[in-house]
Amino acid sequence: MSMLRTIFSCMIGLCVSTGVNAQSIVDHFGFGKTPAPQDMAKYFAIPPSGAGLPPGSGTGKAGADIFAENCAACHGDKLQGNPAVGLGGDRLIGGRGSLASKTPIKTVESYWPYSTTLFDYVKRAMPFNAPGSLTDDQVYSLVAYILSEAKIVKPTDVMNADTLPKVVMPNRDGFIPDSRPELELYR
Amino acid sequence: MKQNGKAVYDAKSRQMAEQMILAEKRQLARQSEEDCDCKDGMFPSQPTPSRRGLLFAAGSVVGVIGAASIARAEPRKAPPGATFYDVAEDPTKEQGRPVAGDGGYGTRSQFETEVRVRYPTPNENTSWSFTPLSAMLGNTTPSGLHFERHHAGIPTIDPARHNLLIHGMVKNPLTFSVADIKRMPSVTRKHFIECSGNGLTEWNKPTLKTVQATHGLLSTSEWTGVQFSTFARETGLSDGAAWVLAEGADAAVMTRSIPLEKMLKDALIVYGQNGEAIRPEQGYPLRLLLPGYEGNTHIKWLRRLQVSDKPFMTREETSKYTDLLGNGKARMFSLDMDAKSVITFPSGDMKLPGPGFYNIGGLAWSGRGRIQSVDVSTDAGKTWYPARLESTPEPMCTVRFSFPWMWDGKVAVLQSRCMDETGYVQPTLKQLIAIRGDNGPFGSVYHLNAIQSWAINEAGEVSNVHA
Ligand code: HEC
Repeated sequence: MSMLRTIFSCMIGLCVSTGVNAQSIVDHFGFGKTPAPQDMAKYFAIPPSGAGLPPGSGTGKAGADIFAENCAACHGDKLQGNPAVGLGGDRLIGGRGSLASKTPIKTVESYWPYSTTLFDYVKRAMPFNAPGSLTDDQVYSLVAYILSEAKIVKPTDVMNADTLPKVVMPNRDGFIPDSRPELELYR
Repeated sequence: MKQNGKAVYDAKSRQMAEQMILAEKRQLARQSEEDCDCKDGMFPSQPTPSRRGLLFAAGSVVGVIGAASIARAEPRKAPPGATFYDVAEDPTKEQGRPVAGDGGYGTRSQFETEVRVRYPTPNENTSWSFTPLSAMLGNTTPSGLHFERHHAGIPTIDPARHNLLIHGMVKNPLTFSVADIKRMPSVTRKHFIECSGNGLTEWNKPTLKTVQATHGLLSTSEWTGVQFSTFARETGLSDGAAWVLAEGADAAVMTRSIPLEKMLKDALIVYGQNGEAIRPEQGYPLRLLLPGYEGNTHIKWLRRLQVSDKPFMTREETSKYTDLLGNGKARMFSLDMDAKSVITFPSGDMKLPGPGFYNIGGLAWSGRGRIQSVDVSTDAGKTWYPARLESTPEPMCTVRFSFPWMWDGKVAVLQSRCMDETGYVQPTLKQLIAIRGDNGPFGSVYHLNAIQSWAINEAGEVSNVHA
């Protein structure tokens, strides 16, 4: 083994001029620090299982006012979107049944496969003008509101770490793995 | 929203496309007025007039105040990235500028005016800008002209306060400072990055005029950084690890899930671009570089890698960057960029001065390896001729090609078609639509890698066509 290492090291040019012993191979650089738990606390990424969803809860009813105040300017009071200069918030609901047409409309309601993505994204990046400023209760309420306006849950349904991952989105089964490379394009 | 069985733009997309057409027009107008008088944009035949006489005239009015304050009173126009200097009547008859008078960091010539152009999305913080491909020389894109796509603007990050955390299904979670990372063994490689949305306006009709707007979400740089595998050796990986979430430190806190296999194969955590620190628009101080993968996955301002057993299904890998097919099903994790090529000279909105010799030139690239060959056609794909490759193709890197052509002054349609080392041949738009459906640009938004056609009329005017 050490013989092998020497030969290999010589091949990659680490041979010392005495030729007796090659430089020993480094096992670890020793760079990097073990992160403290409090430094990790601010990070999150919520997969479809709901792992990592924080405590807290909200309903669509509670979310209506929060939406009107924080989101409607850019996404419209009917969640229809707003293409105005400087805003440009996407349409959030509608479009069900349009995906196989020539002009599909992709929204949270018609297209998104997982409800957990909505929690993750709103907590992460919205409102656009003050990302990351909402409490977890507010995020649960907004998610509940968007899902209830989309008629996926009822306005009184409570969304929390337990219930949210169980919400079945209309387009849950609408995705397939990448089917490329498209074999008909080979020669 | 159907006309004659063809999808047309809805109000929002039409408005956006129209805005882009206008932006492109303004850019072209600016070019022809500032750049030179060559409307065709191809030969700077007219020398820029010396402004020396003008300056003297102004100087005599203000007398003793001096040239510096004149410059302040009436700033001379220099394009972005350049500084204006007076042009000597004869540079051999007077001294030039003193050494290091620029403060120690050089700028491009004031005669070079090419700039990135932003796509007019309503919100300029989530938008993109195109590389001026027809003006690029060689293979490397100057860092200041590398295309951009940001979802929440460009953050200003102090490298002294920036770290990379690697955690999740690893044996030893670790936080690395930028200084730590720069001390680790590095590699330097040339790769293109292409946004998978490149060309999205072109699905159902030729919409934009120039190659900058139809193909400019493509750039190539020499990248320097540390392989992910080097980090993985430091942290170890737990059994069952299969995906890695990459997260940026911008206001979008951008996240994408990347297969661990790709991360271990050739992913780089880069801090260098074209010999200096990567630009803020490209992720300063750290960026994930995934050779051949769609641009969105190359997370900029990289701050965190979380190893997991499954993908996270983030917004950018569900709502966006998925490919809705004609049958209503959508492909997800369509990460590889298919082989593609485009002729950049002559290209849209140029004008050939007359019949004669033209060295057709362009770029070819593939996300699956090296470019094997490129063919050129001047008759809309009826006859193909092998092009010459101008350098040795490198994996997941652009290569420049050329083809010598005598134009007889008659109508012609120029096309290029590449094949990569896997045997994949760049398709026609018809072939692509036959596979994916004709719902573009609403369903099919991404991964348009079809053969591009440039028509040349008898006046020599070049335009974007579907042929
Ligand atoms: C200042 C305008 C603005 C405000 C206020 C705003 N948004 Fe947004 N929103 C945007 C923009 C712009 C995008 C697209 C971002 C991008 O391009 O990545 C977006 C995207 C979204 C999306 C993703 C849509 C999709 O189909 O991918 C959701 C969901 C969303 N916002 C929810 C909200 C919620 C909930 C609020 C209120 C807390 C909110 N937004 C407030 C501008 C805004």
